[in-house]
Amino acid sequence: MQEQQKLITLENISKEYDGTVVLEDINLYVRKNEFLTLLGPSGCGKTTTLRIIGGFEKPTTGSVIFDGQDITDLPPYKRRVNTVFQKYALFPHLNVFENIAFGLKVSKRSKEEINERVAQMLDLVNLKEYGKRRVDSLSGGQQQRIAIARALVNEPEVLLLDEPLGALDLKLRKGMQLELKRMQQRLGITFIFVTHDQEEALTMSDTIVVMKDGRIAQIGPPKHIYDEPKSAFIANFIGESNIIRGRMIKDELVNFCGTNFTCVDFGFAKDAQVDVLIRPEDIVIVGEDVGQLVGTVKSVLFKGVHYEMIIDAGGFSWKVHSTSMQPEGSQVGLSIVPFNIHIMKPMEEEELDE
Amino acid sequence: MNNLSIPSWGFWLMGIGFGLFVAMLVHTIRRNRGMKRSFYAWPYTLWMVVFTVLPLVLIAYYAFTDKAGQFTLENFANFWDSNRGMKTQLIAQGFDPEALGMGARGTVNVGTLIYSLWMAFLCTGISLLLGYPAALIMADREFKLGATIVVLFIIPMWMNFLLRTIAWMSLLEDNGLINTLLQSLGFAKLKLMYNSQAVLLGMVYNYLPFMVFPIYNSLNRQDRRLSEAAMDLGANKWTTFWRVIFPISMPGIVSGITMVFMPSVTTFFIPRVLGGGNTEMFGDLIERTFLTADDWNVGSALSLIMMVLILFSLGLLRKVDPEGEGGSLI
Repeated sequence: MQEQQKLITLENISKEYDGTVVLEDINLYVRKNEFLTLLGPSGCGKTTTLRIIGGFEKPTTGSVIFDGQDITDLPPYKRRVNTVFQKYALFPHLNVFENIAFGLKVSKRSKEEINERVAQMLDLVNLKEYGKRRVDSLSGGQQQRIAIARALVNEPEVLLLDEPLGALDLKLRKGMQLELKRMQQRLGITFIFVTHDQEEALTMSDTIVVMKDGRIAQIGPPKHIYDEPKSAFIANFIGESNIIRGRMIKDELVNFCGTNFTCVDFGFAKDAQVDVLIRPEDIVIVGEDVGQLVGTVKSVLFKGVHYEMIIDAGGFSWKVHSTSMQPEGSQVGLSIVPFNIHIMKPMEEEELDE
Repeated sequence: MNNLSIPSWGFWLMGIGFGLFVAMLVHTIRRNRGMKRSFYAWPYTLWMVVFTVLPLVLIAYYAFTDKAGQFTLENFANFWDSNRGMKTQLIAQGFDPEALGMGARGTVNVGTLIYSLWMAFLCTGISLLLGYPAALIMADREFKLGATIVVLFIIPMWMNFLLRTIAWMSLLEDNGLINTLLQSLGFAKLKLMYNSQAVLLGMVYNYLPFMVFPIYNSLNRQDRRLSEAAMDLGANKWTTFWRVIFPISMPGIVSGITMVFMPSVTTFFIPRVLGGGNTEMFGDLIERTFLTADDWNVGSALSLIMMVLILFSLGLLRKVDPEGEGGSLI
């Protein structure tokens, strides 16, 4: 990927509320036209980070750089960013048209321009006929689109989205994910998206920032984060996983469940304790005689596309996803190719490092 | 008392009215059989009938009858011309009021009503101007003393309003606290009491909390993110206030205006204490008509006019704010 312009940079941002640290030493940059997602469990500081970028919170230390300019002390109304709020925060006393026109009216645009641009926006979010409607007469999905239109009509350089899809039902959410991604690509606007839904993050983002306890745990493209999580926490949070304690015999050979497995990782000390991550879909069910591990199927759940089986083997309960079902109680062999065995530093050690 | 000499048809009318009411209640309870809740509404219903519905019926009855219990509009004519009673007496005694130079219309009643409305209007306006900023400060989460101010507003309300009003006397009197202080500083004494301004001061002082609290409630309930959204869209603090915070607090304002205007119009006692009788208001007039002039029929007519006026202004407020809380206060 070619080096793109860094549009927003967060430098050593930390934030305390009455002595409680909610953000600690956040360093992060956002490239132009990037779709960046802040992902983490509730209370990890992702919304606070977004609010600092939006200007609603001042960091205790550190600075926010926008396009080469320090905007840390700039109030929200002077920033070239707009926000789509959690639960939308539409103005209840204004109708749909007036809600979208708010930003343009405040910046004293001409009536013709306002009419034209609001109409454009209503068209963009597929709500052409809704201008005169009261906002509380709209469904959640429609309110969502109005909130997006209200922010986008100001042609911001960056759009901040604070869990914008959280209140929608599954089907609507999937649709909106695609729509948002399309809008972002079409309009060429930088999106900073906050969510706790890992699937949403994986689907939409160019870059995912995983946060935990006010710190950044890992930054990277979705595929990289999914395939090479830096810690068991990230592996658990993103996708489903089997995490088991292991020991490095030597480079590219790891021992767990009393068996040696070839892997592709190296650089660990001999006999180092490691966490081994194996995704449920990466475990292949084979015949008893050829499996690296042999075990018994404990339970089977039908999940639509695949079956989820819990298989006890080598003293560990493996979660296995497969499209072919093995009956409960049957003996099966498990096989894992080296490429799908991910070695991570064990959790405690990693936390001590920080 | 001859006022209570209700003719037999009056009793019949009331009896029929009460009977209808009971029948409706029984019907409602029957229809909702199984819904035991209506049973618990009985004590309150009874209370309402005895102390609200019945008095209202009586007021309407008195307002439209003369002392003999005959239907008449004379009481309302008395409101329009406060000398009418006297003139009628003169004519009955064989005099011509015109010839005696007493034919002019007495404007006391109408004048008092207009004065009351004007005072209530001023009181409501001043309360709004003082109360809104106060409510705004109290609802500000950044401002740590907000809760303290709320308590400071509530504490005086624990005291009887007569006491609070009388307490103002000792401040405003010719030899009161303020004048003593002024004198000791070498200034001349001020005439602070027995004028409209003193009455207005007393009214604003007593009714201000009724303006502040509804507004405070609606501001406090307001979603903070709405102001953030406005700022996000480029509105500075001033614009955010006028375009978002203020319009959304409208129900609170309407409610506050209602709660101050209604008691203001019917204010009595305050003008007597602080205005010293120079500034009679409609509430005092009604009281005087009932108790001093002992004329229940005219008094009832005056009360009825007052009630209609209040209902009318409530209706107006409803127009301003269709879903507001103001109208539901009656």
